[in-house]
Amino acid sequence: MSKITLPARIENLRRLVQFVSGCARHQGYSESRTNEIELAAEEALVNICRYAYPGGEGDIALRCRRSGRDRIIIEIEDSGIPFDPLSASEPDLRPDIARRAAGGLGIFLIRKMVNEVHYRRDVNKNILTFIVSPERRPLDARKEHARSTQGRKSA
Amino acid sequence: MEVACRKEKNTVIVSVKGRMDAVCTTNFEMILDEQIASGETRFIIDFGGLEYISSAGLQCILTTAKKLEPRQGDLVLAALKGTVKEVFEISGFNSIFTISESVDSALAVA
Repeated sequence: MSKITLPARIENLRRLVQFVSGCARHQGYSESRTNEIELAAEEALVNICRYAYPGGEGDIALRCRRSGRDRIIIEIEDSGIPFDPLSASEPDLRPDIARRAAGGLGIFLIRKMVNEVHYRRDVNKNILTFIVSPERRPLDARKEHARSTQGRKSA
Repeated sequence: MEVACRKEKNTVIVSVKGRMDAVCTTNFEMILDEQIASGETRFIIDFGGLEYISSAGLQCILTTAKKLEPRQGDLVLAALKGTVKEVFEISGFNSIFTISESVDSALAVA
């Protein structure tokens, strides 16, 4: 298992994202799959940098480990205010520039890019777990919903 | 991310290279704001050299489009490829913007 801990600041975003992409490349993932995983990581990390520690400072801890033949488990941990990103409502995807809201796309993209995503609150920590495979899973909305609901119950 | 602007046929072609993530979108927005403030309303964004975009990048494009709308402006996104193209499709951004295969084909209809 490899890990890195850095202060939750936007200027550390690149280093944190590179840590995740380094893990994916190390496992022999393709450049395009690595890009997708980087994207999911960035979305989660930016949320933590912006919202986890209002008025204060704290860390982000990243842990990557291999699971089975070719899966990678990525854990993103902060000690900020309790926040389950999976409880966020679906973003506004209306095809209308004027009316479409700008935010809310981050968690939507995470769900599309990783094979599984789970959240748990562990004592005073938020832990978001991505499980990724060398291929992006064909999208199955029903299964995804069941998984996220299950994740919330156990959190 | 590198951002370069040039003008052809009353249209500003903005070429972006590298990564459009939460760290660098301010730069892009600043450059586009300057162009809009100087009276430009027709833009083609050339994504040919862009390797990566996150939701921060998408939001930045959307913000620019919203600024252009009351000015009857025009924003065409050209030469999307790879993961960048995929992100546009997944987020539905390909249906709210005019997408062109290349800068040349975007200019042909400009």
